[in-house]
Amino acid sequence: MSSAHDLLEQRLTANELQANYAACIDEDRLEQWPDFFVDDCTYRITHVRDFQAGRPMGVIYATSKAMLRDRITSLRQANIYEKQRYRHVVSPTRIISQESGTLKTTTSFLLIRIMETGDTTIFMSGVYHDVLIPQDDGWAFKEKIVVADSAAINTLLAIPV
Amino acid sequence: MTANDATFKWPDEGLTRIPYSVYQDADVYAAEQARIYRGPVWNFLCLTCELPNPGDYRVTQVGETPVIVTRDNDHGLNAFVNRCAHRGALLCLDQCGNTDAITCVYHAWRYTLKGELASVSFHRGVNRKGGMPNSFDKSKHGLETLRVTEFCGLIFGTFDPETPDIEDYLGPEIATRIKRVLKRPQTLLGENTQILDNNWKLYFENVKDSYHASLLHLFFTTFRINRLGQKGGVVVDESGGHHASYSIMDKNLDNSSYTDQNIRSADDGVQLTDPSMLDSVDEIGDGVTLQILTVFPGLVVQQIQNAIAVRQVVPTGVEKTLLNWRYIGFADDDADMTERRLKQANLVGPAGYVSLEDGAVGGFVQRGIAGSSDAVGVVEMGGDGFESQDFRATETSVRGMWRRYRDLMGF
Repeated sequence: MSSAHDLLEQRLTANELQANYAACIDEDRLEQWPDFFVDDCTYRITHVRDFQAGRPMGVIYATSKAMLRDRITSLRQANIYEKQRYRHVVSPTRIISQESGTLKTTTSFLLIRIMETGDTTIFMSGVYHDVLIPQDDGWAFKEKIVVADSAAINTLLAIPV
Repeated sequence: MTANDATFKWPDEGLTRIPYSVYQDADVYAAEQARIYRGPVWNFLCLTCELPNPGDYRVTQVGETPVIVTRDNDHGLNAFVNRCAHRGALLCLDQCGNTDAITCVYHAWRYTLKGELASVSFHRGVNRKGGMPNSFDKSKHGLETLRVTEFCGLIFGTFDPETPDIEDYLGPEIATRIKRVLKRPQTLLGENTQILDNNWKLYFENVKDSYHASLLHLFFTTFRINRLGQKGGVVVDESGGHHASYSIMDKNLDNSSYTDQNIRSADDGVQLTDPSMLDSVDEIGDGVTLQILTVFPGLVVQQIQNAIAVRQVVPTGVEKTLLNWRYIGFADDDADMTERRLKQANLVGPAGYVSLEDGAVGGFVQRGIAGSSDAVGVVEMGGDGFESQDFRATETSVRGMWRRYRDLMGF
């Protein structure tokens, strides 16, 4: 059984990790983005209809931190897309369960995309379904399933969510 | 000019010129709905594997027209317009589901899974007051149906009784190339939609345009996943409307070591740190690593290594198109094969390493041609015809699309 103090610390840890994660993307520090994950992580962007039907596809589907690094290398050096930024607005993180040191959490997000032209739209809303595990230097995501509320994506998805 | 008499003076140069107004004109767009989508074409509706059981239905679109596809109690497939025969209300509001009948929410008119009008609420009135006249014949008020056909797990529909059988419509070369990809019972690994801010033809042309592939999509070249030893070509059917472009591995090279060497080579510059994404197998056994195929007016069948998908191109406005992706596996895939398909699917879709640019480039054209409706595009790469060619630095299948388009539109 955890003490009240432990629970409070877990909540703070989970919320801080999520806040730092969103800031990393929004501030275009994408080279640091994979470091929020453990080496043998899962990262997947899906939507609620596929997720509820148990369909395994991801718009992005990664099974290692190395695949996340490759995604950023490609974005920076290979892929062609119009300059754009994200602004994440995230809810407080809910702890769904905890066992043997790992935390399962969910966090709602609203993702606004800002184009170079100034066009500003709600690009995505949804829920992060996360599994967090402690590392030597803090916590990291073992799993992050991004479940978008809509199956539709305007134009393209370049920057990770 | 109205939709019904929309005419168009095509430039004298013929297929090598595309007037930009064809992507901008509301009358042209309206005429396309009648002459193409309700004309003698097979429109892709959905996959057979989405409707395994009696009562299953799936909502789709033919041009702008909302359509329902059902599996009836005799296991037959049906398609009809998603529009109540009474006052025109949309019938199915959910994307998919299972039901024993289709009932309109507005006045509760009820239809069978074959689209026949089964019952009219208060048909005999209430307390013998009101009700339908005796002359009202339910059999004359069914839903507007489409003729349906099934081919390789793909369900197509047409409004036109003159549309030829699907294999005749596709022609032998295109039919064979669909069969080589979509052989076994299929499973749906997932689906999504890309909203494109451009006319539907800009996307359909982009898929047919084998010229741009290595120029716009730099993923393979940046990561030095070069394709030495690969040959390719473009097949265009007789009508011009359908095409298949492909690349094939030289049989003299050992594919696995080839891939291995090139990804992990000690070249300077960037490399994939997790090349497992490209760990593919030659599942069809013919060495074709890539085949992009279109069926006019709105279907793409894609095989990129083991990433297999169909894309449905749906116009929703002059400058708005929905691209519905369905990612396909097969019932006999083992866990490794499924994982392979899921990893390779990173190459395609709205965030695909070699496809995300296609989501934007149609919009770049749409924005670029704004205010220039008198100007024209130039498509002379590879000549001025639309014959099949054994190279890919060509726009032959783009010209083929315009041949078919102009024949249907009367332009």
